[in-house]
Amino acid sequence: MTEQPILRVRGVSKSYGRRIGCADVDLDVYAGEVVAVVGESGSGKTTLLNCLGGNLEPDAGSIAYRFTGDDWQEFLTLSESRRRLLMRTELGFVRQNPRDGLRLRVTAGANVGERLMAVGARHYGRIREAAVEWLERVEIDAGRIDDFPLAFSGGMQQRLQIARNLVSGPKLVYMDEPTGGLDVSVQARLLDLLRRLADDLGLAAVIVTHDLGVARLLAERMMVMRGGRVVESGLTDQLLDDPQHPYTQLLAASVLTP
Amino acid sequence: MTNPAERVTNPAERVTNPGYNYAYLDEQTKRMVRRALLKAVAVPGYQVPFASREMPLPYGWGTGGIQVTASVIGPDDTLKVIDQGADDTTNAVSIRQFFARVAGVRTTERTAEATLIQTRHRVPETPLREGQILVYQVPLPEPLRKLEPRETETRRMHALSEYGLMSVKLYEDVTRHGRIATSYDYPVMVEERYVMAPSPTPKFDNPKMHRSPALQLFGAGREKRIYAVPPYTRVRSLDFDDYPFEVQEFDTPCALCGSSGVYLDEIITDDQGGKMFVCSDTDFCAQRVAAAGDSQGARDPQGAGGLQ
Ligand SMILES: Nc1ncnc2c1ncn2[C@@H]1O[C@H](COP(=O)(O)OP(=O)(O)OP(=O)(O)O)[C@@H](O)[C@H]1O
Ligand SMILES: [Mg+2]
Ligand SMILES: [Zn+2]
Repeated sequence: MTEQPILRVRGVSKSYGRRIGCADVDLDVYAGEVVAVVGESGSGKTTLLNCLGGNLEPDAGSIAYRFTGDDWQEFLTLSESRRRLLMRTELGFVRQNPRDGLRLRVTAGANVGERLMAVGARHYGRIREAAVEWLERVEIDAGRIDDFPLAFSGGMQQRLQIARNLVSGPKLVYMDEPTGGLDVSVQARLLDLLRRLADDLGLAAVIVTHDLGVARLLAERMMVMRGGRVVESGLTDQLLDDPQHPYTQLLAASVLTP
Repeated sequence: MTNPAERVTNPAERVTNPGYNYAYLDEQTKRMVRRALLKAVAVPGYQVPFASREMPLPYGWGTGGIQVTASVIGPDDTLKVIDQGADDTTNAVSIRQFFARVAGVRTTERTAEATLIQTRHRVPETPLREGQILVYQVPLPEPLRKLEPRETETRRMHALSEYGLMSVKLYEDVTRHGRIATSYDYPVMVEERYVMAPSPTPKFDNPKMHRSPALQLFGAGREKRIYAVPPYTRVRSLDFDDYPFEVQEFDTPCALCGSSGVYLDEIITDDQGGKMFVCSDTDFCAQRVAAAGDSQGARDPQGAGGLQ
């Protein structure tokens, strides 16, 4: 590929005291691609995602974003205000538990509109129009715009969280087990939606999952983690069909291919 | 005592109660409060922490405002104290008497005569002028608190001027009520930098805070915060372009003095549900009644309360 990535991660490490969270992770993400991060529980997926998305401060490494032209910005040395601005404009973060990613005390419309207001939107009518549009795009009936998130099902809450992130037109979205707590049919619908949104919007995404089926369905590329380290990465189909690392072989063997 | 800058060497000192220091607080505490005030004036709208002292009053009685007043008052001051616009409530009377006793100051009910006005809830209707100080008693200084309970987060939001959450609150207001229904403690943006809680004043008074010639000081005793709006500072009430800020309007003029364009309180006139609307600012109302009386023959504002 001659094109440059939009995210370049080098040597990112984060420990919790003496316990390793993630260690020496390298990763490139290109515009519009979906990358899956897979691995068993405790392998460091969430830790890595939190470092990349600005929720955790890594101990070492470099996280560089390129959202315009050749302008690389080192995320870790940006001022806090620049960093937070990036986090709510160019980046998105969808949490596993929608209750952590939503404001439960305000309506669905306000949840979706918050990012717009955070960057200075001052026209109620237009904020509402954008909220309606995004609710529809994530297949939530616009008539529910004034309902509170707790009145929504788990799948709807997750879609609301996605709308709340996408409203600002981010270029890269992090998702930590976005289909985690959902039952199978709801999961399938959400995956389908994510695939379509990524295609339609040219959105790049890094998705954490321990479900290789999810990785195969959504991600062009995949990265396998174990004990905080990346043990293998490459094109998803290749990796699943012809795993090189014994751990990946074990993972791939343990799922029935669809 | 030895600091010539302290205004305690005036003859008025003689009239103060010898059991207390001048204006009740010790000089060290007053200096600490003044340092906080100077910082507050230098950074308009920013909440400055201060070591709030115990006062001989319960917190709900405006201990923050009293500490500010005690720290800036001098024997040459003329003090007015209002509570909901009235000079004659128990709270206003006792604070006024307190300072008359411990600071030996003259007191007044006339806005125009006062150099220092301590208030709970209202900005006087009579326009303030240069040299006057308005001290607000504030119960809840943090405008973001109801939306964000974590102090570390609200502090960061102020530091980075991240006020999207405030708009979220207004959005919810419009969504629920079809308009911005917040009618008191209506959030303002000070000098386009800090969002500030104007204390429980009705939003009717927000425009009076904008570019006021007077110095406005805010003291929150329990929450240990002081903030300020220096003279001629911009104070903008937050709103949406399509739901602009509006002050309350009243259908009828004041039943006592006939003023309109002033803030009115509803008062019950009998036990049959009779009621009327009168100026909340008792001094302003009395002045207007007296002025009318001068031209039409005397009319007692107290007596007017009994009108059918
Ligand atoms: N806040 C924390 N304090 C201490 N240790 C932590 C903390 N968060 C994670 N860890 C440890 O760091 C390692 C990586 O955890 P992490 O949550 O990143 O794994 P994960 O791959 O997301 O796991 P899962 O699939 O269960 O969500 C684990 O050993 C975990 O116990
Ligand atoms: Mg995890
Ligand atoms: Zn009146």
